[in-house]
Amino acid sequence: MREYILTLTEPGQLLSGVSFGLASLLVMVASCAAVLGVIALNGMFLVWWERKVSAHMQARLGPMTTGYWHGWLQSIADGIKLLLKETIVPLLVDKPLFMLAPVVIFGSAFMAFVPIPWGEHLIVADLNIGVLYITAITSLSVIGVVMAGWASNNKWSLYGGMRSAAQIVSYEIPVGLAMVPALMASGTLSMQGIVESQAGGFWHWNLFAGGPFTLIAFVVFFIASLAEVNRAPFDLPEAESELVSGFHTEYSGMCFAFFFLAEYSEMFVVSAIASVLYLGGWQCPLGLSLIPGPLLFLAKILFLVFIQLWFRWTFPRLRVDQLMHLAWKVLTPIGFVNVFGAALWLVLI
Amino acid sequence: MIFNYGNVLVFAIAATLFVTVTMLVSRLLQPSVYDTEKLTSYECGMRPVGSAWVQFSIRFYLVALAFIIFDVEILFLFPWSVVFTAAGLAALVKMGIFIAILLLGLAYAWQRSDLDWVKQVMSPEEGSF
Repeated sequence: MREYILTLTEPGQLLSGVSFGLASLLVMVASCAAVLGVIALNGMFLVWWERKVSAHMQARLGPMTTGYWHGWLQSIADGIKLLLKETIVPLLVDKPLFMLAPVVIFGSAFMAFVPIPWGEHLIVADLNIGVLYITAITSLSVIGVVMAGWASNNKWSLYGGMRSAAQIVSYEIPVGLAMVPALMASGTLSMQGIVESQAGGFWHWNLFAGGPFTLIAFVVFFIASLAEVNRAPFDLPEAESELVSGFHTEYSGMCFAFFFLAEYSEMFVVSAIASVLYLGGWQCPLGLSLIPGPLLFLAKILFLVFIQLWFRWTFPRLRVDQLMHLAWKVLTPIGFVNVFGAALWLVLI
Repeated sequence: MIFNYGNVLVFAIAATLFVTVTMLVSRLLQPSVYDTEKLTSYECGMRPVGSAWVQFSIRFYLVALAFIIFDVEILFLFPWSVVFTAAGLAALVKMGIFIAILLLGLAYAWQRSDLDWVKQVMSPEEGSF
């Protein structure tokens, strides 16, 4: 990164004559803008895609009119509508907290993009503790959820917020445990380092590095990360039939749009983490370099996101007690056994 | 490395600015009609009964406590997992002992049914908890 900026400031380059401090600030701001673009496009695309996938799974058509071709402009129309809608702040809410909650949730989803490697040199910042950073930042969203639930002064919001907090912190444990086998196989905490250690075809992926144990770890990670991002079948915090809309019942207009945007970027982020840890990130499955890395990475992420959408229309929602049972009595013990299985496999075989 | 964390700081500021600015733009564009009925809390269309800032089940705190214990444990697992091939079998055995102690804790909480969402509370005549 530092070297890259220094080459940019050399004579004849894009930022020639600019001081190092200013140049690095410009690069940082540019990367912020790029990530914002990714988040916005991803949100718009995923909303449209989810509606289309759900519709086709139920033998419907979904949005068809806006934009003439399969309703592809539907999300943009929805976005503009949300921008123009009145933001209703009920009289009894705790106003500072109420307005801060979308910032916290969106911020945590946005900052999680920092250590995600898109290609060999395409990364915002290759943090040396990337995995630790990403677990820390994504779990910040639970603070926003509790904030929104509490500040709304609404019973549905409070129930949704507390349930969501309990769910996210419970599933944090299996997620963390399921990351460990991949870290063992790669021997580094840097996201870029993990991807680089999986070069040379799909048989070098961490998915197959620890025999059956890394495979199980990947499945545990995927299931637990669904709960982390409140996706079906773990969408209890916003179980419409019982909690109206969960922690964002009282939110409207742009405030609601930020919760929505954050949810879709979190889906994207957990899929990105799963593909970095286990599916080789931007590495080609066949060990070739014909297709650009970012495209391969995007394809892997969208594949995992598609499975998330598919799950939504396949599995019924869990009950709260079943949810806790799954986290503490099934996934956590499996995670521990898995860590030791993978360790023994890697040491002995 | 500090340079890389500068990026994190810039991202945090950018997120806050982005949300604030978008909300301000939306504030300028949106209609604003005052109506006391509209500004009441939503409770299925009825008038809200009392405040929502009430006590909630203590079991949420138990879940949070269990989370903290195991999250700290995972924090210890992360650095170990990076160096465990170099640290060798001795480190593996030590980590095994450390985790076994915490698994005992999990077994204890499980046996006390602290991990169940609805705890079966027995009366003093029936049982011991």
